[in-house]
Amino acid sequence: MYSEKVMDHFSNPKNVGEIADASGVGEVGNAKCGDIMKIYLKIEDNIIKDVKFKTFGCGAAIATSSIATEMIKGKSVEEALELTNKAVVDALDGLPPAKIHCSVLAEEAVKAAIEDYMKKQGKEVESTEFIGVEPNEEECCSKCERKCH
Amino acid sequence: MDSRKAVYMDHAATTYTKKEVLEEMLPFFTESFGNPSSIHKFGRDARKYVDTARERVAKALGANPEEIYFTAGGTEADNWAVKGAAYANRSKGNHIITTKIEHHALIHACEYLEKEGFQVTYLPVDEYGLVSIEDVKNAITDKTILISIMYANNEIGTIQPISEIGKLAREKGICFHTDAVQAVGSVKIDVKEQNIDMLSLSAHKFYGPKGIGALFVKKGVKLINFVHGGAQERGRRAGTENTPGIIGLGKAIELATDNLEEQSKRIMDLRDKLIKGVMDKIPYTRLNGHPVKRLPGNANFSFQYIEGEALLLNLDMKGIAGSSGSACTSGSLDPSHVLLAIGLPHEIAHGSLRLSLGTVNTEEDIDYVLEVLPEIVEKLRQMSPLYEKIKGGNTNV
Ligand SMILES: Cc1ncc(COP(=O)(O)O)c(C=O)c1O
Ligand code: FES
Repeated sequence: MYSEKVMDHFSNPKNVGEIADASGVGEVGNAKCGDIMKIYLKIEDNIIKDVKFKTFGCGAAIATSSIATEMIKGKSVEEALELTNKAVVDALDGLPPAKIHCSVLAEEAVKAAIEDYMKKQGKEVESTEFIGVEPNEEECCSKCERKCH
Repeated sequence: MDSRKAVYMDHAATTYTKKEVLEEMLPFFTESFGNPSSIHKFGRDARKYVDTARERVAKALGANPEEIYFTAGGTEADNWAVKGAAYANRSKGNHIITTKIEHHALIHACEYLEKEGFQVTYLPVDEYGLVSIEDVKNAITDKTILISIMYANNEIGTIQPISEIGKLAREKGICFHTDAVQAVGSVKIDVKEQNIDMLSLSAHKFYGPKGIGALFVKKGVKLINFVHGGAQERGRRAGTENTPGIIGLGKAIELATDNLEEQSKRIMDLRDKLIKGVMDKIPYTRLNGHPVKRLPGNANFSFQYIEGEALLLNLDMKGIAGSSGSACTSGSLDPSHVLLAIGLPHEIAHGSLRLSLGTVNTEEDIDYVLEVLPEIVEKLRQMSPLYEKIKGGNTNV
């Protein structure tokens, strides 16, 4: 059901934990749906120096959190905002249709953490709109607020 | 991947086929391949063994052989019972009573009947998964034509007061069906004593083959045909008999019911050890289902702050096979209707684990699970944003 890449990140997730003095924290999802993702960023000179996550969710939710944190580590804030759920799915060699929403959460969690950082900095909030690929009907979660097309 | 260990604890999903069962089945694929409806020797031989299987099923249930009809499994038996009785009694009424925790085979059949103009009452259950007799009584109207309540639940293992429901249904003259797919071979059943009018069973839950089951239909119960065609099964269920499957079902039910008490006792002791160990070792854990009115092999837990699929994957990596009522495993996005019906909030239902024991399990298996499971739960909790560790707390919820 899951690719080797997914199982790899699931069994040895990277960047699990919290950052005590985080520059920005983002939390998305809800327990009712069965998934919550929380991402902590340490940003210095506009560069993501460190990133940690905590996730309540399925195998795919843990794997997408892990790879997303790897993908933005060392990147600039602008670059991190360009991370899409599709890039996360591709990096994991694909996800089953019912698990695409986990990748949506990963993109949104990163954006939420950056938004928090920018607010704290008193900076103009750049666009943190979701820019990935919306789940289609088959991939949609009926419980979430997100509207699927 | 730890491949040294393989611990199968998903017997409620399916069991392996016992060697003795397979051995009885094999000749019916090759030398004794005859069609039981044929008049020649090949056919007559097959017929003889189909009849023996029917007798074995009847004996296991306390029924007469003429009251046993073979089907292609539990799902067909459930569908036939509910739809067949509903349409056969349409002139008498249109009301059906069932529960919120039935298997999907039954719930979806009832939902279909609702679209066809029938009215269905889905009775609630208490926190242990038990239906109340009072609720059944109060739900009965003069339009009620069928009561269908499962013998034992497949997820949480709760055993319903079947004899009491049977007695009530008989007094009121209402047809009573029970889905006993999980109960047959695990608990003692007597359809006469318990006033059961129809009962579904499925061979692959008691060490028989998959895709074969039976419906017991008490003599005189009105039921329309579900599968139309030839005159097999005394004209009530068409289609050339699945001879090897039927023979396997007969052997399996005989083996399962012959020393039922002894087997059940052994499995129950293992299960109680598992439950006690898990509840002692893992904080923030809930046992789902009834403490004693439960299937001998069933253990079902909810671990707070974690999600079931992640738990199953981790267990699988350690060679332990279980199942979960989490939405994430089913692909349906809703957690199990059974866990919601016993009142679990969504987030706790997501963190459920069912371990169902069977004949293959040993004391060592339980020790192994008790060694591995607490570590996995802790690892996932450490990853969970919901988990706030309360120092030294061992508060079971
Ligand atoms: C309670 C119950 N009813 C019905 C079924 C369906 O039986 P089958 O798999 O033989 O169609 C099952 C098993 O999945 C079950 O556990
Ligand atoms: S957390 Fe449920 S599908 Fe990913």
